[in-house]
Order: sequence, then C-alpha cells, then structure tokens
Amino acid sequence: MTAVAEQTRTLTYAEAVREALAQAMTADERVFLLGEDVGTYGGAFGVTGDLVHRFGEERIRDTPISELGIVGAAVGAALAGMRPVVEIQFSDFTAQAMDQIVNQAAKIHFMLGGAATVPMVLRAPTGSGTGAAAQHSQSLEAWFAHVPGLKVVMPATPADAKTLLLAAIEDPNPVIVLEHKLLYKQSGPVPEAATPARLGEAAVRRTGADLTIVATGVMVSRALEAAEQLATDGVEASVIDPRTLKPLDAQPIVDDVIRTGRALLVQEAPKTAGFMAEIAATIGESPAFGHLRAPIARLCGLDVPIPYAPQLERAAVPQAGDIVRAAADLVRRW
Amino acid sequence: MDLIGDAGPAREALLTMWTIRRFEEAVDDLFARGLMHGTMHLSIGQEAVPVGACLALSEGDYITSTHRGHGHCIAKGARLDEMMAELLAKETGYCRGRGGSMHIADVATGNLGANGIVAGGVPIAAGAGLAVRMRGGQEVVVSFFGDGAVNEGAWHEGVNLAAVWDLPVVFVCENNHYGMSMSVSRAFRVKQLSERAAAYGIPGVTVDGNDPQAVHDAVADAVARARAGEGPTLVEAMTYRWKGHSKSDKNLYRTREEIEQWRERDPIARFEQRVANTLGDQEIQACRDEARERVRAAIRAANAAPDASAESLTEAVYAK
Repeated sequence: MTAVAEQTRTLTYAEAVREALAQAMTADERVFLLGEDVGTYGGAFGVTGDLVHRFGEERIRDTPISELGIVGAAVGAALAGMRPVVEIQFSDFTAQAMDQIVNQAAKIHFMLGGAATVPMVLRAPTGSGTGAAAQHSQSLEAWFAHVPGLKVVMPATPADAKTLLLAAIEDPNPVIVLEHKLLYKQSGPVPEAATPARLGEAAVRRTGADLTIVATGVMVSRALEAAEQLATDGVEASVIDPRTLKPLDAQPIVDDVIRTGRALLVQEAPKTAGFMAEIAATIGESPAFGHLRAPIARLCGLDVPIPYAPQLERAAVPQAGDIVRAAADLVRRW
Repeated sequence: MDLIGDAGPAREALLTMWTIRRFEEAVDDLFARGLMHGTMHLSIGQEAVPVGACLALSEGDYITSTHRGHGHCIAKGARLDEMMAELLAKETGYCRGRGGSMHIADVATGNLGANGIVAGGVPIAAGAGLAVRMRGGQEVVVSFFGDGAVNEGAWHEGVNLAAVWDLPVVFVCENNHYGMSMSVSRAFRVKQLSERAAAYGIPGVTVDGNDPQAVHDAVADAVARARAGEGPTLVEAMTYRWKGHSKSDKNLYRTREEIEQWRERDPIARFEQRVANTLGDQEIQACRDEARERVRAAIRAANAAPDASAESLTEAVYAK
C-alpha cells in the first residue's frame, strides 16, 4: 500500500455526525438542517450541538413539533433546489411523517419520469437500550428498505457516521440515515477530510473460517464482541456490516458464506419480515446456497414491542452473549 | 390586472378557460370511448380558479397541484401535447407514462406536481417557499387544494409552518363543495373555510370562484403580500365541479337540480357576457375555436407518439 494513511482523530459517533453536517454546510450553501430542537437546545441527543452559533438560525432551523410538515417542507425545499437534512427526534416519529416519506419523497423522481429529484436526508435516532420503551425504541429499517425510491443507511461506527452521512447529503435521492442512539457516545477514529463513503459498499469487519455473521447498527459491535469470545473457544467468525441496506452490497456476504458455509444473521428489529429475511433470501438465491453446510440462522429481536424494564428490554433484543451461543450452536451442530 | 376591460388579459383568461374546458371534455370523451385508461378527476366548472390565480403569477413562481389538476397545469403554462401524451400513456408525456393524470407536473413552468394524496402538496409548497426565502428570491408559491384537504394533518402542518416562518406561499382552496361524496356542510363546523386562517394568524378571504377577476384580485393581493415578505394568505374560492368525483362516481350524494343551478353559473359563459364589449363576438368565437384546435392538435401529436416503453421502466426509480 502506497496510499497515505487518512488523518484521523478520536471522536464520538455524535461528534462525527456533527462534523459531517458542519463540513457539508460549509462546502455547500444549499445544505441546511431542520428539525425539532436542533437549534439552541442542540438536538435531543446533542448531535447538532453548537451548530446554530456557527451557521445561524436560518440554516439550523428549529421547527414546531410537526413531523409530517417538517418532512414535507424538506421535500418541497429539495424540489426547489435546496439540500435539506431533517432530524426526526426519534425514528418512531417517522410514522407521523410517513406520507411525505413514502408517497412523496420516495416517488416523485419516478412519478415525474425523472424530471425532478428530491435530494434530502432524513436522520433519525433509532433502536432500544435507553429505557424509553415501546414508542421511542423501535428499529424500523425494514419499513424504509421496502419502498422503491428510498436509500437506507445504518452507520455502526463513528467513521461511518460521518462518511456515510456525507454520502447521503451528496446523493440526489432521499436517504434515510438511522443512527443508533446507544452509539452516540461511542468513540473511534474518524477521518478529518470531508470524503464521503460510497453508498452500497459493505464493510468486512473481521474475517474467520467457521461462520459468517451479518449484523447491522448496534449489532455490529455486539457481533464483534461475540466473535472475540468465540475465538477464545476456537471458533473463528467473519463479521460483515452491510452499512447501507439499500442499495445493498450483497457480494461480500455471498463470497464469505461460500468460504465459511455458515451464516448467522443478526438484527435488533423483530424477526418477522425483517431486513435479515432479505439477506437470508439473497444468500439462498446466490451461488452460496450450494456451499451452505448449515441452514441459514437468524438471531433477531423478539416479535414484541420494546418494553420498559431493563431486564425485559435486554431480553427483547440480541445481546453479545446471545450471539456467542447462536454462533457456537450453529458451528457445533453443523 | 383588469381581466374584464383590458382586451389582452381578457382574451388570455377566456382562451385559457376554454382550453381547460376543451381539454377535459376531450379527456372525458377519450375515456368514455375506451381510448384512455386509469381514472380521471375532471375540473369542468372550476376553470376560473386556476386561470384567475395563475394570471397573478410571474415566471419563476411555483405551484403545487392536486389530483384534479389539469386546469392548474394548463393555466401555469404546460404544453398540451405533453399533457395529452402523458394521459395517453406515451413516452413523450410529461412523466414518460409513469405519472398519469394524478401525478402530472411540468417542472420547467414551476409546477411542482399534481398529487394523488389529499393535502400532500401543502407542506411541499411550504418547503418550496422556504427554499425561495433562504435563497433570497422573490418567487411565490401557490398551493392549490380542495375543500377535502383542510381536515388533513398535512394541511394544518403545512399552513402553520408557512405562517410561523412568513413564507411566500398563497394557499388557494378550491371549495367545490364535496370531498368525493362528503359535503362541506358535514365536514366542518366553520361557515367559511377562510375562517381557518385566523387559527394560524394569517389573512383569509372567501371569493366567488366562478369569477376569474375575483379570484385574480384576491390572489394578486396575496402574492403582493408574499413578495413583500409578509407571509402566507388563505384564499377560498367558492366553485363547483359539474362532473363526478372520478370516473366511478354515480352522483348519488347530490341532486340534478343542484348541479343544474351551478351549471347556470358557468364561469366561462358568465365571463363571456362580461367581456362582450371588450372583446366582441368575433374575438370570443376565435377564443373558442383556438382552444378547440389546440386540444385537437395535442391529441393528434400524442396519438402519433410512441407508447411508453417498459424497457426503461426501472430507470428513474433513483436519480444518478
């Protein structure tokens, strides 16, 4: 490798998102933020921080509590030439805005035969683990991935939080970025440069000979933790993070399963009709099918709303120990 | 703008109203003869609203439209041949056969699109107004919607955002008295929908929607207000659709007498009487003929165009 290593520093995931927003706004006058409490308050999860002091109230635009209106305004602003980035305070509240996301933003480019584009980004904190219970803890990525016209991004590291968001802002399509709220305070190396990632490029986080673990969002770090534990018992797991669910980069997953013959698919969202069903079908439809030594296994959230009590909440979604057990079981039995 | 005494604007208003009428009569006919598929929402009887409103706009101004949007599209300056081609599912249509009547748009003339979702265009109009404001532009956005839209959350959220941010948006309600079969008397308790404006701290006015001059005057005032940075206005235009809600409507919810009463208030016939001295009989007849010929030419051009092709079907799902 002759390439100069990227300059990185340690930032939290939230700081990485903020840096991406600041760099995008500095580079492009058309980029602006709108959402509930993104201004002086700094965002419900502190993501926007002091951006209002740097960019002013016009571009860091506090909105009334009005999710459908906010997303609709972003659609209209995007149609009229701006590059809005919406923060929906909890991804659960996208339900309030679903018409504008699904029937307007996602479809306008197609319905108009390509005559207009809707270059907007919708960021939303997602997932469980904060004791916020059923209406503030969901993982809704499968809703969005199902709609032609939307792109769906789930950054699992601080670096990805920055570079995938930059890519989303640059993209001429509506992009849903689901940021896991347990990751906001996690730190990691983040490139200084404003270089976007490529949407539709999976990351192979670890390579092992015995099984392929595919995980998204906060499950990526849990899968890596599980893989370290498994290694002490002599089980070597690959961990692949699709990073963007749509467009999906299936090839690294297929290639890895051809090598390992076993696939364990891990998601926080409930099992039924979840995104890992799509990954399972993709593996099943691919040449990897002939190399499978075991049935494809899914480890998912239970088909229950997220409960309040911490022990119940933990039990509702996969933990690192659950991944260890499921992986060991898959390798032992097959 | 004097649409009655000034021959130029009078002719333009009359010609555009006739063009909308003839276009929709042709669509009705093509549909009845099985030559057009899908469904259609005709605005026959409501022509004075888009014509009066759009004459108050300038180049660069935007509109958002509704499922009953042929009139808005034509009044904002769209090409009839591309519109007809879209309805006839041709490759040369505005949306290459992907949108049809309910999603027709002509971005080049500032028409950000018809909308199959009731009130769907209202927050989008607010957003377009926000874009104008942030760029420091002078453009205005007119958002057309029907009486059925005002009970949707999207309507309230869009109007409120435009109000709190003083956005250059004019909300034009075409009160045609029915949201599909739901009469306005059963759908809300206020006497006039323009009263709703007070709840958002913006001006509201009700005008005769079958009089293009009345519509124009109210919208022009609202446009001037918007351009001056004073924020949105709600204009309610009282009108009536002669035809059913869509092609499946059996008209069980209103009487023949009621429809007849409104037909007697035909916005085009009334306008012709009022401009008789300004334009003269010959010029009025010339407007009718020209409208008919424009629509015929559009049908000829559309019929000659290639059908929308499935080969490129997946192309425009995502922009590159």
